[in-house]
Amino acid sequence: MSKDAQGSRTALTVIGATAIAATVLVASGCAAPGDPGSSDGDVVLELAQWWEPELPDGAFRELIDEFEAENPGITVELLSGPYASTKEQLFAGAAAGTMSDVVGLDGAWVSDFKDQGALADLSALMAEADYDESQLASQIQLDGATYMIPVVNFVYPMFTNDDLLAEAGVDAPPSTRSEFAAAAAALTELGGNTSGWILPLSLEAPNGIQNDVMSWVWASGGSMLADGQPDLTNDEVTSAVEYIKGLWDDGVIAPGAFTMKEQDKVEEFTNGRVGMMISSLAHINLIRESNPELSFSISALPAEDGFDGERGIPYASWGIGVSESSENKAEAWKLVEFLMSEDVNSRLSSIANAFPGNTASVPDFVEGDELFATAFDIYQSGYPANEFTGLPVAEQLMRLFDEQFQRMLEGDQSVDEMLSTTQEAWMNEF
Amino acid sequence: MTALFDRDTRSGIGPDPAGRPALQRRAALSRTYRRSEPYRFILPTAVLLFVLMVIPIIMVIGYSVMDNVITNRSPEFVGLANYVAVLGDRIFHTAVGNTLIFTIVSVVAHLVLGLVFALLLNTTLISRAGIAIFRVIYILPWLFTVAIIAVLWRLLLNPNGVVNYLLQSAGAVESGVEWLSSPDLALAAVTFINIWAGYPFFMISMLAGLQGIPRDLYEAATVDGASPWQRFTNVTLPQLTPIIISMTLLDLIWTSQQFALIWMTTGGGPINVTEMLSTFTYKLAFSRYEFAQASTSAVIILLLSMVLAFFYVRHQKARD
Repeated sequence: MSKDAQGSRTALTVIGATAIAATVLVASGCAAPGDPGSSDGDVVLELAQWWEPELPDGAFRELIDEFEAENPGITVELLSGPYASTKEQLFAGAAAGTMSDVVGLDGAWVSDFKDQGALADLSALMAEADYDESQLASQIQLDGATYMIPVVNFVYPMFTNDDLLAEAGVDAPPSTRSEFAAAAAALTELGGNTSGWILPLSLEAPNGIQNDVMSWVWASGGSMLADGQPDLTNDEVTSAVEYIKGLWDDGVIAPGAFTMKEQDKVEEFTNGRVGMMISSLAHINLIRESNPELSFSISALPAEDGFDGERGIPYASWGIGVSESSENKAEAWKLVEFLMSEDVNSRLSSIANAFPGNTASVPDFVEGDELFATAFDIYQSGYPANEFTGLPVAEQLMRLFDEQFQRMLEGDQSVDEMLSTTQEAWMNEF
Repeated sequence: MTALFDRDTRSGIGPDPAGRPALQRRAALSRTYRRSEPYRFILPTAVLLFVLMVIPIIMVIGYSVMDNVITNRSPEFVGLANYVAVLGDRIFHTAVGNTLIFTIVSVVAHLVLGLVFALLLNTTLISRAGIAIFRVIYILPWLFTVAIIAVLWRLLLNPNGVVNYLLQSAGAVESGVEWLSSPDLALAAVTFINIWAGYPFFMISMLAGLQGIPRDLYEAATVDGASPWQRFTNVTLPQLTPIIISMTLLDLIWTSQQFALIWMTTGGGPINVTEMLSTFTYKLAFSRYEFAQASTSAVIILLLSMVLAFFYVRHQKARD
């Protein structure tokens, strides 16, 4: 064989090998990240969540290390990212059938993931593991089966800037809508770019509709649903939307609301430019770290004047679920069980400043911190309310509401028109 | 090996006649092998393009004619129903309008600013050190990633941000302007940000073009008594025309597909005044989980982009 021929064949081999390698590389890029096992025979579980970055450095990993020590042969790989990235990653994984074995869930996603067949039936896994369900504070069930277990719950009370309120001549945090409107007006009158209240309505992350708008309905015992179907034109929702429209027209809401996100809201409050906001308890530490001088309180959301019933308190959960595509469901359940166990759940809720998902767990901050003790009182005196949990395309429902809500605030339509248009749009999604 | 084989055959030296068909077969194989050489060179790229481009595009086109996919385990063929739904959607019309305004204004501004800054950087009136400093300053926006640009401008244009502070200090406005949150200003604001982020690419290309224009053309024009403006319109612009056309077509394609900047600054809002085809498609897919309709929208965008790509390729061929 000549050198030319040898060269050609070598070149062909190299090209062929490159092509095959490229194809294999591309194909492996599409392979399930949750593929079982590592080379040494251990089971590797992926846990995708947004919790780790929101907890003190290394705190979550420490708990996971404990799990690994208790369960030799199981390694947990944490896939951590911000909330929005985690969501996108999970939706892409659900679509491609490559979701991580164990996933952090928001109640708003559960219905959609369940419809896609992406989540495993936790009721079956619990039965298989002979798990005592009574220790769970709540479960998110659809069609009689559990798909998400809230690991910890964050309530959304009202935060008030004590110094600003005092400066505006307001003695105590408002507890009724009239008091709130008066306090917001007094705060805005202070001038110097100070606003009474802050309302994030970004369409990119429309959860302001859940936390900052619908919370007014729930705080007065109202509901946006009737028999599981949208009921936006009822008196309670109309009254809450009219009330917020009134605040908007009075100019007491901080500027920039239409593109503002949750983090902007917290930042404005932390900087002392806003007197009142509705926000998650999880933000207490962030506010304290960012502005140690800020003196603030938390209290229950104001209710309609004269309302003396039980107040609904908006909440959000760090939920957990198991991927249907996981080949290690039994091991995945062990991890869920570990996080829900009394001791671990106590510690997790303590470091997260949240309320535990295990009924027997008691976070240590309740006794040690006045603000959290107040929050616990608020939590216990009302009932957790979040009607978006478990609804189909929950985020889209918030976005549809948000678009019409912005039009209404702009004066393009009345409150009644806004609610009937949104009702129609919501019905199309159910 | 091939050459030796041919020589042997011609000279009659070699195996007995019974071996000739085998030799002829080997000769034919060898010719085929030689002729396939260029194709073997492009094989790795072709495989990658097929896997990463052709297959996804075919899949998306396939999705666009199903009732829904991914979230639906047994999708059914619905013909052009999704196209009728998307093309009849009021928000889609808004998105098309906004995309047109955003793209055309951005591209024109990129072109004008890029050309002006390139001319400034090409001047002989400033020292070399001065030009180097200005080059760094002018090119800075191009060095930032979209995420940083979005965060930066969100902070700058915040009602309590630097821009409003300066305007208020200068007495130009009484209270903070809601640049990104006002339905009247948001589209203009995101277009401005996009212009700021994208002009350096035009500027660099134009500068390269300007530096390639022979000096003698300017000297001849000067001898003929041409004014600076006449030199610009009769020498500079004609010489830059091929670059201008290529860059404009490329920028039209890129800008019409801008997603990250819009998503991270306004999310398509307020209301839907900054809704673009890209954000509309994203929301269909990841907010409503209507992956079939999102595919339909993506196919429509692909067709529109292909029209621009067609003109770009034709222009490039004409240049060659």
